[in-house]
Amino acid sequence: MSNALEFQDVSKRFGRTWAVARLSFALPVGQSLLLTGHNGSGKTTLLRLLATVVRPTQGKVLLFGEDAALEREALRPRIAFLGHSTFLYEDLTARENCALLARLLGRPVREADGLLETLGLASRAEQPVRTFSAGMKKRLAIVRLLLKRPALALLDEPFGELDPEGILEMETHIRALSHAGTTVVLATHQVEHGQSLCTTRLHLSAGRAAST
Amino acid sequence: MSEARAPGLLRTTWVLVRKDLLLEWRTRARANALVFFALSTLLLFSFALGPDTTFLRRAAGGTLWLALLLASVLALGESFRVEQENSALDGLRLAPADPRALFLAKALSNTVLLTLVGLVILPVLSALASVTPVLGFGRLLVVLALGCLAISAPGTVYAAIASHARSRDVLLPLLLFPLLIPAVVAAAKATSLVLEGDPMLQFSSWLGLLAGFNLVYWSLGFALFPRVVED
Repeated sequence: MSNALEFQDVSKRFGRTWAVARLSFALPVGQSLLLTGHNGSGKTTLLRLLATVVRPTQGKVLLFGEDAALEREALRPRIAFLGHSTFLYEDLTARENCALLARLLGRPVREADGLLETLGLASRAEQPVRTFSAGMKKRLAIVRLLLKRPALALLDEPFGELDPEGILEMETHIRALSHAGTTVVLATHQVEHGQSLCTTRLHLSAGRAAST
Repeated sequence: MSEARAPGLLRTTWVLVRKDLLLEWRTRARANALVFFALSTLLLFSFALGPDTTFLRRAAGGTLWLALLLASVLALGESFRVEQENSALDGLRLAPADPRALFLAKALSNTVLLTLVGLVILPVLSALASVTPVLGFGRLLVVLALGCLAISAPGTVYAAIASHARSRDVLLPLLLFPLLIPAVVAAAKATSLVLEGDPMLQFSSWLGLLAGFNLVYWSLGFALFPRVVED
């Protein structure tokens, strides 16, 4: 089975701080990885390296066998990232935000409409995102993630800001992604939720792999 | 995991221009503030130059372009502030939108906004300095459009660079103003010739300089912007 992602002795430094230090691991296609660790342990940086938003200071990140630093334009259509930032325009409506992504992906806008319906946002679709609660913004970010139909889904604290019902829905969506063959990397402090969804676990401490 | 057919450069640019103009329309207060800032600048320059209408007429071109230049700093900075909120620019990069389309869209949207501000303040300038376009309104529009294009291309690149800095409001004019001197001089001279007449047939030379400036800086922006947003 080929690897969806592979870290080859990867380090990432911000100023004088090493956020990720000499990390090596691989995850086969279709598997799901739970990332755990304390605040500042390097989980978000690791996800941003995988999302091709930042480049490693040392080492190499391979995604589907390609060097992420060199082939990021070709890889990005296959990656979806649900991070701390929602990537939403506050002064556009929910529908306009999703339609923008659909048009950039070359997909029909009705796909976005269907996902807004599925995530229970259809009734608020024509309202500006600025009027949404944090939980609704998170749901809208999930719509964007699902719209990409990614081969690699990167989820940074996906259960944050969600109510219990929203957490159950999120778990359902993550399971559906895994069943569809998407490789999932999930970083969360809510380990009990994450463990039921992932096949592998990587615990980070000070940017290093503490256990797998 | 279906493979959708991603839009090309021009289609992506159009999608992003629509998004930028829609955001401007939704937050009209920003555009209004820009117009009032430009009008205030125009009035301040007029008061500073005194009541001599002959002098005001001769300085009209320069006054117009200084007002637009100062207003452009606000417009350019603001155009990237909305991209910083919720890391929306990262969202576009990861969509993925071609960074060259991001440049074209942002620079074109800024050009449209600045040209509209110019069109709003022109009648006020006309009343203050008692000027009418001797060479015709069409030529004045061409100068206005070329001048705003000239401000927007390097302005968009520098606004993207400055958006990462803490002192972005200071950094942008420091980077941009020295670079724009040839464009502002050419635009001001061409505007003055349109307003006062062109007995020495200099208009086409200044317009040529403005067009050349545009060619160089739109090409540079197109080539360099991917490095600015990615690295």
